[in-house]
Amino acid sequence: MVANDRVDLEVEKGQIHCILGENGAGKTTLMKILFGLYALDQGSIFLNGQPVNIESPSQANNFGIGMIHQNFMLVDRLSVAENIIAGCEPKKGIFLDLMKAKRDVENLSEEYGMRLDPEARIEDISVGEQQRVEILKVLYRNAHIFILDEPTAVLTPQEVEELFTILRKLKSDGKTIIFITHKLKETMAVSDQITVLRDGKRVGTVNTSETNPNELAKMMVGRDVILRVDKKEKEPGKIIFQTRNLFATNPISHLRLKDINLTIREGEIVGIAGVEGNGQLELEEVLMGLRDIDKGEIFLYNINITKMSTAKRRELKMVHIPSDRLKRGLIRSQDVEKNLLLGLEWNRSFSKRGILSQSAIREYSHRVIDAFDIRCSSSKEQVDSLSGGNQQKVIIGRELSRDPTIIIAAQPTRGIDIGAIEYIHHILLKMRDENRGILLISAELDELMSLCDRILVIYEGEIIAEGSNFTYEELGLLMAGEKKERSQSVGKT
Amino acid sequence: MYDILHVIFSINTFVAAIRISTPIALAAMGGAFSERAGIINIGLEGMILLGAFAGVLGSFFTGSPWLGVLSAIAFGGLLGFILALFTIRFKADHVVAGVALNIFSLGATTWLMQVLWGSRGCSPNVKGFSEISIPVIESIPIVGKLFGTHSPLIYLMFILVFLGWILLFKTPLGLRIRIIGEHPEAADTLGIKIKKTQYFCVILSGMLSGLGGAYLSLGHLNWFSMNMSAGRGYMALAANIFGQWNPLGGFLASYLFAFTDAVQMRLQGLNIGIANEMIQMLPYILTIFVLAGAVIRSRPPAFLGRHYETNR
Amino acid sequence: MLGKPNIINKIKQLIGFSDFLYSLMAIVLALLIGALLIFLSGYDVTRAYLSFFGGAFGNFYNMAQTLLKMIPLIFTGLAVAIGFKSGLFNIGGEGQLYWGAFTTAIVALSFPDVDGVVLIPLSIFAGAMTGGIWGMIPGYLKAKTGAHEVVTTIMMNYIGILATTFLLRNYFKEPGPIDQTPLIPKAARLAELIPYTRLTWAIFLGIAIIILFDLFFKKTSLGYNLQAVGENAAAAEYAGINSKRMIVISMFLGGMAAGLAGSTMVLGVLHRFITNFSPGYGFVGIAVAVLGRNRPYGVLLSALLFGALEAGGISMQLFAKIPMDLMTIVQGLVILFVAAPSLIQIVYGPRKKRQILFDH
Repeated sequence: MVANDRVDLEVEKGQIHCILGENGAGKTTLMKILFGLYALDQGSIFLNGQPVNIESPSQANNFGIGMIHQNFMLVDRLSVAENIIAGCEPKKGIFLDLMKAKRDVENLSEEYGMRLDPEARIEDISVGEQQRVEILKVLYRNAHIFILDEPTAVLTPQEVEELFTILRKLKSDGKTIIFITHKLKETMAVSDQITVLRDGKRVGTVNTSETNPNELAKMMVGRDVILRVDKKEKEPGKIIFQTRNLFATNPISHLRLKDINLTIREGEIVGIAGVEGNGQLELEEVLMGLRDIDKGEIFLYNINITKMSTAKRRELKMVHIPSDRLKRGLIRSQDVEKNLLLGLEWNRSFSKRGILSQSAIREYSHRVIDAFDIRCSSSKEQVDSLSGGNQQKVIIGRELSRDPTIIIAAQPTRGIDIGAIEYIHHILLKMRDENRGILLISAELDELMSLCDRILVIYEGEIIAEGSNFTYEELGLLMAGEKKERSQSVGKT
Repeated sequence: MYDILHVIFSINTFVAAIRISTPIALAAMGGAFSERAGIINIGLEGMILLGAFAGVLGSFFTGSPWLGVLSAIAFGGLLGFILALFTIRFKADHVVAGVALNIFSLGATTWLMQVLWGSRGCSPNVKGFSEISIPVIESIPIVGKLFGTHSPLIYLMFILVFLGWILLFKTPLGLRIRIIGEHPEAADTLGIKIKKTQYFCVILSGMLSGLGGAYLSLGHLNWFSMNMSAGRGYMALAANIFGQWNPLGGFLASYLFAFTDAVQMRLQGLNIGIANEMIQMLPYILTIFVLAGAVIRSRPPAFLGRHYETNR
Repeated sequence: MLGKPNIINKIKQLIGFSDFLYSLMAIVLALLIGALLIFLSGYDVTRAYLSFFGGAFGNFYNMAQTLLKMIPLIFTGLAVAIGFKSGLFNIGGEGQLYWGAFTTAIVALSFPDVDGVVLIPLSIFAGAMTGGIWGMIPGYLKAKTGAHEVVTTIMMNYIGILATTFLLRNYFKEPGPIDQTPLIPKAARLAELIPYTRLTWAIFLGIAIIILFDLFFKKTSLGYNLQAVGENAAAAEYAGINSKRMIVISMFLGGMAAGLAGSTMVLGVLHRFITNFSPGYGFVGIAVAVLGRNRPYGVLLSALLFGALEAGGISMQLFAKIPMDLMTIVQGLVILFVAAPSLIQIVYGPRKKRQILFDH
C-alpha cells in the first residue's frame, strides 16, 4: 500500500502550514518521515535549501525538528519533568540532576505561558496539560520546526483556543509550524498555508486567505461533499432503557462516574457528547456489564440488568460497537467469518449441543458481508488486512445482525474514511427508523448534531447537561465543562 | 511448640536466611533490570544454574574461586546475550525463549559434567570461598551476628543491590531504562537507544544471576550438583514482582523466601510430627501465595513482554 | 497445486504444511548443533549417529521403543498445546502427570477383583481427573488474581511431586527399600501390542485423544471460545465470552491430558507407582508442543520425533558413551529456534507472512 505517492511539500519559515486530509490520506506517514520515525523509499528532504538525511528522531532533533504526536509519547508513571528531559538529561556527575530539570521546566513553561507542575505525574494531569508537556519537550530541545499531528482531537474547544494562542506565540518567535488535521474549521482558523493530501497524493497547496471550507472539502474528498443525513421527524416511543443513579470507579485512571441517569426510547438516538477521557469508556463498559458499578441500577424494559453478565445482556438484545475496534472489537489474527461469529458460538442457529455447523456459519457470514457491504476477498480473509472502515463494518454487521433492541455505539466513525462514515450514519438512522434505541457516544459535534434526537454532555464522569436544541457553540462550551444555568435540566428521566 | 518457635526465631535462622537469599536476590535484581527494559526473563533459573556450573569449572581449572566467579559472570552474561538476541533480534516470545534456555542449561550443565568428570550427580570438590569477617561490625551484639561474618560474595551482593538501586533510579541510564519498558515508542522519539539498552539490561541480568549461581556452588559449598538451582530462578521471578521491580524490594522479598527455606530446613531436623515432604513444600507454597496476593496490587512495566517495531 | 490429489492437500492442511517445514528446519538446525557438540567434545560422530538412528529405527524392537517413548509425550505435548491455544503457558505437566499416575495406581490397587473392562477406564478416568484438578488450581489463581501461570505451575510441580511422594511413603508403600506401590492387579494392566516391548494400546488412546482435540478446536463452540480468548481476551470479553472461565477450563483440560500421561505410564509400563519415574516428560512436552505449533497433529508428529530422540539417545549413551543429556540440549535449542521466526528466515530465507507463534 502506498502511503505517500510522490508528495512535494514546501513550507515557508515562520509560517503555520497545515496538512489537511481525510483519515488515511497519508498525512501522519509524511510527517513521521520528516521526524525520522519512518524511512522514505524515494525522494529527498531539504532543510534551508540543503539536502538532509533524517534517519532517526535523534537526527531530526539535531536538525531542529520536533514532533508532537497524536497519541502522546508520555510515560504515565513518570513526572512531567522526567518526561521532558529524558534523552538529554541534566547531570551532576553520573547522577540525574532532577533539581535542575525541575527549574528548567518551570522556566520554560513560564516563558510560554503554559503553567505546569514539573513533579506531577502524567497520569494525574489533564489531557490538555499532557499536550503542553509534549510541546515543552520539543521546546526543551530547541526545535525551530514544530510538527503537530491532529493536536485537537482530544481537546475541548476551550483548550483548542489555548493551543492556538500558544502556536501563534511560537510563530511570533520565528518558529515554523506544521499542523496535521482533518478538521476544516481549525485549518481556516489558524493556518497561513494549506496543503491538501488525498489517497497519498498531494492535491494542491493554497494560501488560507485565498480559499474557503467548501473548496477545501472538495479537494479533500474529490467530489462535492456535504455530509447530509436524512433524518426523519419522529416521535420516540416508550422507554426501553434506563440507568438510575449510576456510580462507578476506574481504579487505574481514577475516573469516577457519578450519578448517571439516562433513558433511551424506541426509535431514538441519544447522544453522549464529550471530549474523550471524560468517562465515556467507563460508561460503555458499565452499560455492557464489562465493569462493576459502585451504586445504582440499570433497566432494560422492566428487567433489572444491573447484575447481569455481558453475555446475558447480549441475549437480551443489547449490542455494542466498542470505541477501540482493534483491541476490543475484533480478533485481528482471525478471519472475517470467525469475527462475525464472535460471541455467537453457542447460538442455536450455529451450534447443536456445542457442535458447530460450518455451513450455517458460512451462510450467515456471506449474508452479513453482502448486507453490510464489507469489502473483503472472502469470508476467510484475515481482518487485519481490511481497511479501517471495513473492519468497523465487520463489527457493525455482527452486532446489528442480532436484531438489537439497544445499540451502544461508541466513537463509531473515528479514524474512518468519509465513504464509510456516510454509510455508518445511514445505518444508524435506519436502526432508528426500525424503532430500536441507540446510544451514540461521540466526540464529533457534527455527528452528534446531525444524528441525535437528544444529547447529554458528559464531563469528568458526570452528566452536566441534557437537551435537544443545543447550538454548536453551546455544545462546545459544555464539552469544555462550562455548566450552563438551568435552561435545560440535568438528569431528566 | 516452644521448640518450633525457638527454631524459627533463633538468630541462626536469620543469618542462614541471608545466605540463602543471596542467589535469589541477585537474580531478582537481574529480573528487575531486564523487565524494567521490557524483556521478561524467565531464564533466570538457567542463568543461575549455568553460573553455578561455570563457577566450579573456573575454579577447577584455575584453582582460584575468584576466577571461578568471573567465569560464572561471563557465562551468565552469555546466556543473557542469547536471550536478548532471540527476543530482540529474532522476535521470539520472551517466555518461551526463557523456558528454552532453562531446559538448555539443565541439559548442558548435566551433560558437560559427565563429559568432563564422568559423574551425573556431583562434580569433584573445588576451591571455594571461606568466610571473612568485618572487624568492627562483628563485635556489635545482634547486628554483628547477622552481618559480621559472611562469604565475600554476600557482601558483594549487598553492595550490588545498593548500586543497582542507584543506577535504576538516580542516573540518566536508569531513567531511560524505565521509559523503554513503559513506552518504547516514547523512548524512540526521545532519541533513546532502545536495543542497545535492552541488550545491556538482559546481559546484566544474566551476569547477576550467574554471580548468584557462583555463590550457590562456591560461596557456601564447593561443588556443583545436577540441577543445583532447584527453582530459585523462579522464586527470584516472584521476588522481583513482589519487590515491585526494585532491587531493594527484590532483596526484601528474596529474604522472605530465604527465611522460609531456612525455617523449612531446620524444622526437618526436629521431629515435630509433620512429614518432611510437607515441610519442604513451604517455600513453594509461599511463592504461590505471594504471586497470588502481590500481583493484584503490582504494576509491571507497561510494555513488558511485547515486541517494539521500528519502521525504519 | 493443480492436478495434485486431494488427499495430499488434506494432509498438508492437517499438519499445517508451511508450519511443518518451518519446524523441520528448526529441528535440523538444532540437531546440527548437537552434532557439533558431539564433535567438539571428542566423541566419534559417526558412531554417535549410527547408534542414534539404530536406536530409534534400527530394528523392530527399537521402533517399538520409539513408539513407546512417544506415548507420554503425546499427552504432555497436548497439555502444553491446549494451554497455548488459550494464551496460557502450562509448565505444570510434571506435577499433573505425577498426580495422574498416583491416582491411577491407587484406584487400580483399590479394586483388585474388578474386571479389567471396568477397572482400566476407571483408573484412567481417575488419573485424568486428578491431573485436571491439579492444573485447574493455577488456572483459577490466574483467573482470580492474575498470578502468572509459568511460576505457579512450576511451583505446583515441586509441590505435586512432594505430595505424591509423601502419600506414597506413608500410606501406600510396598515394604522394602524402594519407594513404590505394590504391583497393580493383572486386570488393570494394559495389553501389549508387541510382546516384551511394553508397547501397549495406549498409543491408540493417544492418537484418539489427538483426533478428539483437533475436532474440539475446529468444530465446537467451546473450542472456538478457548481460541478466541487465547488470541484476544479483551475482544472475547467484549463479545460476552467469560475469559476467566475459559482460563480455568483450559488449564483443566491441559492438566487432564498430562494426567493421562501418568496414567498410561502406570498401567502400561510401570505397573505401579514409583517416585521420580518421570525423566521430565512434562518439560519435554513443552518442546513437543512448540515444535508441533500447537496443532494436535503437529503434536503427534512432534511426539514421534522426540520419542525417537529419546530412544536414539539411550542407544547413543549405551554404544557411543555419549550422555543422554545431549537430548535435553537439543530440546532446548529446538524450542528456542521454533520460537524465533526471524531466525529461521535469516538462515533459510523468508517465509510467507503468517501469524507469529505467540502473538501478544
